[in-house]
Amino acid sequence: MIDVYRHIALSIAIWLPIATGLVILALGGRAPGLVRPLGTAGAGITFLATVPLWGLFHAHSFAMQFGERIPWIPAFHINYALGLDGISLPLVMLTSFIGVVVVIAAGPAVKERVAEYFAAFLIMEGLMIGVFCALDAMLFYVFWEAMLIPMFLIIGIWGGPNRVYATIKFFLYTFLGSVLMLIALLYLHFEAGETFNIASFYHLPLGNTPQILIFLAFLIAFAVKIPMWPVHTWLPDAHVEAPTGGSVVLAAIMLKMGAYGFVRFSLPIVPEASHELAGLMITLSLIAIVYIGLVALVQDDMKKLIAYSSIAHMGFVTLGIFLFQNIAMEGALVQMISHGFVSAGLFLCVGVLYDRLHSRAIHDYGGVANRMPIFAAFMMLFAMANAGLPGTSGFVGELFVILGAFKADFWYAVLAATTLISGAAYTLWMYKRVIFGAVTKPAVAGLSDVTGRELTFLAVLGVAVLFLGLWPAPLLHVMAASVHHLLLRPGVQLGGATP
Amino acid sequence: MAYITPVLPEIIVLTMACVILLADLFWRRRFKGLMYGVSQATLVGAGFAAYHMLGDAPTVIFHGMVVGDRLSAIFQIAIFMLTIGVLAYSRTYIAERGVFRSEYFVLALTGVVGMCVMVSAAHFLSLYLGLELLSLSLYALIAMQRDSIGATEAAMKYFVLGALASGLLLYGMSMLYGATGSLRITQVASVLATLPPHNLVATLGLVFVLSGLAFKLGAVPFHMWIPDVYEGAPTAVTLYVSTAPKVAAFALFLRLLVEGLHGLSGAWQEMLVMLAVLSMGVGNVVAIAQTNMKRMLAYSAIAHMGFLLMGVLSARVGGYADALFYALVYAFMSLGAFGIIILLSRKGFEAERLEDLRGLHRRSPWYAWMMLLFMFSMAGIPPTIGFYAKLAVIQAAVSAGFYGLAVVAVLFSVIGAFYYLRIVKLMFFDAPVDAAPLRKAGDLRWLLSVNGVAMLLAAPWAGTLIAICRAAVRGLP
Repeated sequence: MIDVYRHIALSIAIWLPIATGLVILALGGRAPGLVRPLGTAGAGITFLATVPLWGLFHAHSFAMQFGERIPWIPAFHINYALGLDGISLPLVMLTSFIGVVVVIAAGPAVKERVAEYFAAFLIMEGLMIGVFCALDAMLFYVFWEAMLIPMFLIIGIWGGPNRVYATIKFFLYTFLGSVLMLIALLYLHFEAGETFNIASFYHLPLGNTPQILIFLAFLIAFAVKIPMWPVHTWLPDAHVEAPTGGSVVLAAIMLKMGAYGFVRFSLPIVPEASHELAGLMITLSLIAIVYIGLVALVQDDMKKLIAYSSIAHMGFVTLGIFLFQNIAMEGALVQMISHGFVSAGLFLCVGVLYDRLHSRAIHDYGGVANRMPIFAAFMMLFAMANAGLPGTSGFVGELFVILGAFKADFWYAVLAATTLISGAAYTLWMYKRVIFGAVTKPAVAGLSDVTGRELTFLAVLGVAVLFLGLWPAPLLHVMAASVHHLLLRPGVQLGGATP
Repeated sequence: MAYITPVLPEIIVLTMACVILLADLFWRRRFKGLMYGVSQATLVGAGFAAYHMLGDAPTVIFHGMVVGDRLSAIFQIAIFMLTIGVLAYSRTYIAERGVFRSEYFVLALTGVVGMCVMVSAAHFLSLYLGLELLSLSLYALIAMQRDSIGATEAAMKYFVLGALASGLLLYGMSMLYGATGSLRITQVASVLATLPPHNLVATLGLVFVLSGLAFKLGAVPFHMWIPDVYEGAPTAVTLYVSTAPKVAAFALFLRLLVEGLHGLSGAWQEMLVMLAVLSMGVGNVVAIAQTNMKRMLAYSAIAHMGFLLMGVLSARVGGYADALFYALVYAFMSLGAFGIIILLSRKGFEAERLEDLRGLHRRSPWYAWMMLLFMFSMAGIPPTIGFYAKLAVIQAAVSAGFYGLAVVAVLFSVIGAFYYLRIVKLMFFDAPVDAAPLRKAGDLRWLLSVNGVAMLLAAPWAGTLIAICRAAVRGLP
């Protein structure tokens, strides 16, 4: 039984939500009553199907586990190859978890084309899990690009007033980023002797120039997705216009894909170039942390503020990756998971307020705590986690990365640590202006506290944030072997970055 | 019997074209209902005849004029299948516009004969003969609605420019004859192999031949006729022009450049790089500025031909297979996209403007999803089949070392994605302006559904399609 599960678990996690989504799409018009139960069941069963992965995973091994490999398009040497290691397992769990949260969060605010809404999210969930599981470069690329279609529709159909501009910008930006990666993958495919197996790209003796060019091609693809400064401008637009669920998926999972790409592709495939250009990467990351942190401070739109804060937090992730330190790398990966929970929580909080007042502007609120005490408590938790308060998940990752930065260079650490000030400033200042104070706006006076449905998704995210903050050991245990192995590859030395 | 087996499909189609013409002349009333069925049956029968030639060894007949090999058989089957699709799509359209006449079917079938001759030509003359047969059928088809000023203008333009292109092609062929002393494609190839490199006459001949071919395919800078013809012709005819003749024109590239002028591959590779870059550039950029759906698809066709040329210019057998795969995939995408235009049009109203697609998702979700699949497939976004086609030709370019070209191609495909996305935007994000109910055409519904779902479901079997394409080009040098 368990043996069978090992060989089909990942396919189930990918195709179950997609199949559910297609069924919902086909039924949609005829049975509107079935859409929500079916969608919830699809996402729920997918999550349950991924839970045993955690238990069955051999954490002491860096090898790919739960492998599946079937020839798919032999003419192009493309295989349907899946597998998980300690780096991708937490991301798959995060994705299936957020999938459930998003489905629960699709409340009465989604009124029109409900079937399409659920279908788009479920299909996207399957594709995102596929990105994290794919061991074949072309399979990875197919999932990576296919994801753009549902997201394009989600922002475009259910988004805000400026949604068309935002969604086309999102699509073209990310599409432009990834096409050059396609050429790099094709080049590697020929260099590796006509195979798209990612593992066979790892030990290629590439010259200096090809390494640099491949690194840059990957960099454009992943930097746009993360997004890193200066190619981040699509994110605030997309976040502001997207419906709440879209923002949650974007922030919690899609941004992680860029960072995952660095870890899965750039570092192991072109290690020398990664080292050579680490200085550039660290600089861009620090700009994101310091400059974008300041930009977040002056935002009046809550979603925009959280979007900028996401960019700053992802700067921490890329900083951690390119310090080439065990502790910093682990910090970066923990930060990815933590930011998944925290940003999802914050966007859902904004969604809760938006559903009531139809405004995201900070100046429209004030004194919300007087009317919504339970909500205020949850938002406090997420805000604190966003600011990196000890005891929350946000603290662990930031601490590890800053520790790693200290080992590399004192000034890196100083600049990175400014996030502790700016992050606290923009998050808590927003929190203060929205939640505290006297009720001065008549609209705020009429607010009612969270419903049972809203309480459910805020509570599960809150538990996750606290759990990860208080006891991150299971997560660190799972990823340790893979991180260690990643940094041990020839050409990537332990200890000391080489900018 | 074995003597004529390779031309059996042509004989079947030509005979039946004559039968339809005569039957219509004598039993006009009674035959009208049968015409459509007889034409389709003819194409199916010819398809089976071609299918039976698949296993045969290559045979050259009629004193070296015609060759029957796997390449010609597979191309012919593709042409028959595409034409069956075209006739099925256009049935209601032509009936509503009063062109449901035997002439339509006869011209479509003679065009098919022309294409079959083109793909199985072993001699410059038979090749030219097939090309002219196709072109003349097309000129007449475009001008079928003689009251339509647009259609007449398109036919005139096409005729004048087409004649010029034929002249270029013939002139080039005469130079090649001067350089090699033969018009037989295989002999031209073997003589060229003995000539010293950089033979001026042969290269000049190549330039003219290539210009003529590029015109037929519609590659920049020989593309001017495409937007006008696509826009002016009745949509049913545009459908015809944009599918099978593209595949047949691509076959000419294989017959002439690859089989005949392989000795000059260095020269034509360079020329094709220019044509490919210009086509992708002009096609994708100008398409953005269009407000007419058919014109937009015309420029998109130009861009697609640029991608197709990337497979040819790799000058590798694998690349030809990739280009053939691209041509077939493109033809089926084009079939579907024009099919949607036919669906939205009704008597007295041509849904040609982009605006007419506005809010299609609210009027009919199913067709909007189908169109979405066609558009994403044309843009080359996975998991649609269009992505694998683009992947194939880009891979061919990379394998031949054309990295710069590959980069240019993917960048232009991003630019191209914009106007496909705009269609999706109009259908899904905007409110409808045209509230008229969609037609309830049963067969059109099935056709579009099968065609659209195939864009998605064909992807897992892309490998099988490629294997067929590889089998087709295996004999090429």
